Amino acid sequence: MTPRNAVQRIGQWFISVIAETGRAAAICIGAIAAMRHAHEPRMRREIVRQMHVCAVKSLPVVSVVAFFIGMILALQIGIELRTYNQEALTGAAVMASMLREMGPFMAGLVLAASVGAAMAAQVGTMMVNEEIAALEIMDIDPVRFLVMPRMAAMALAVPMMSFYTCALGVLGGAVVSHTQLAVPWVSYFRNAMDFASTKALYVGLFKAFLFGFVIVTVSCYEGFRTEHGAVGVGMATRRSVVSNFLLILVVGYFVTRLFY
Amino acid sequence: MIRFENVSKTFGGGKRVLDGVSYEIERGEIFTIVGPSGTGKSVSLKHMIRLLTPDSGRVWVERDCVSEASGRDLSRIRSRFGYLFQSAALLAWMDVYDNVALPLREKTSLTEGEIERKVLAALEAVGLGGEGAAMPADLSGGMQKRAGLARAIVTEPEIVLYDEPTSGLDPVTSRRIDELISDLSSRLGITSVVVTHDLHSALSISTRIAMLGGGKVLSIEPPESFIHSPLPQARAFLDAQYITRRGAWENAGREAAHREAKNQ
Repeated sequence: MTPRNAVQRIGQWFISVIAETGRAAAICIGAIAAMRHAHEPRMRREIVRQMHVCAVKSLPVVSVVAFFIGMILALQIGIELRTYNQEALTGAAVMASMLREMGPFMAGLVLAASVGAAMAAQVGTMMVNEEIAALEIMDIDPVRFLVMPRMAAMALAVPMMSFYTCALGVLGGAVVSHTQLAVPWVSYFRNAMDFASTKALYVGLFKAFLFGFVIVTVSCYEGFRTEHGAVGVGMATRRSVVSNFLLILVVGYFVTRLFY
Repeated sequence: MIRFENVSKTFGGGKRVLDGVSYEIERGEIFTIVGPSGTGKSVSLKHMIRLLTPDSGRVWVERDCVSEASGRDLSRIRSRFGYLFQSAALLAWMDVYDNVALPLREKTSLTEGEIERKVLAALEAVGLGGEGAAMPADLSGGMQKRAGLARAIVTEPEIVLYDEPTSGLDPVTSRRIDELISDLSSRLGITSVVVTHDLHSALSISTRIAMLGGGKVLSIEPPESFIHSPLPQARAFLDAQYITRRGAWENAGREAAHREAKNQ
């Protein structure tokens, strides 16, 4: 490959990335604009249905992940703190990490892998089966009809799941601290509550709120650009999971950077 | 009513599917488009409703240029159409009733009572009177097509586009769909555009048949002359479906007579 060709290819890649970002942003903005229809009875019902899928159906997997993350954090931090006879502070460390980073981050990743992937697959299948074209012909905006209820549901569900992850993670940490590090329950929870800052809680919830938008935008965008039957649906699902994971990391970093 | 003016469309890989195609469909007729796979039949249908935009040329629906319409104009033009997809394209998570009611709920201000009356009438018209509560996945291919047809006609459109309405169906169901198309056209004055490979169907219901090939319109003629077409592509098509000049013509004549008797 000549240097000129290489530069040309990099330029084409850059342009395509910008174009794709623009198309995804248009879906996100369209869905936000369509939220003025969220009060309509049919849309309200659909939002509640989507919340059931996002929150209630994801509860078992989120619970297991949250509890074990708390346990792992407590074990790793507690062992180090015991070297300095400070294992009583394990609760504080677990609370701080869960509230600031791990709660929203783990809730975001689990929902991206489960709900986001399912969303990309469903929209992709609808695309392949011409259901999206049928909506367009009936003059029903697919962004308003499909994306908006999912976005409203996820914008509410991810912060709720993030808070739940934090609570369960702290509880998991308490079990390990008590059983493995011999930290009394009261001491663990007192330290944890002393280090639970309101700012950390709000920033964490804000992050989770943004993750909800990211997951729905990316998943639906990948679904909408699905082509070539079942293979295309598989590729769209994979792309949505990869993109969501990367964007959750990037957005998470920049929000932390903004507030700390 | 629908006019193609030098419409060309090329897809990725340089495949030119439509190459300067021009024709006109009259109001109230059943216009059937036939031709081998990949000759732009479905692509033509999708141009009529702006699911695809031509690279050059224009598509008109009366005085509206569909290929250049956008926003409210496009919505208004699309509201004149019903579309039966090859796959029926029913929304999988809604039952048949909700699928058929969808365009009425989304695009009209009718009350639930009025919607119910229209939906039940549309389901009755396609012979799915008692199937409103069924989910699309629980229906056979033919029933899904009929449910798709009910959704296409529930808004009482002026024009209905049918993409392979009888593909994958048994002969009895295929003829039933043909009868429905023909019945809707004669009873409600709907203009119908049908894309099909099924020449038995095309010969029995069409007002005119257009043969596409190589991105061009090779011929447009009524069924009685299409069956005698000297075009090699048309002959190959007819021969492949064991349609002899005499047999199919008799068959088409019989069906036309049957329709006429039914309408009287």
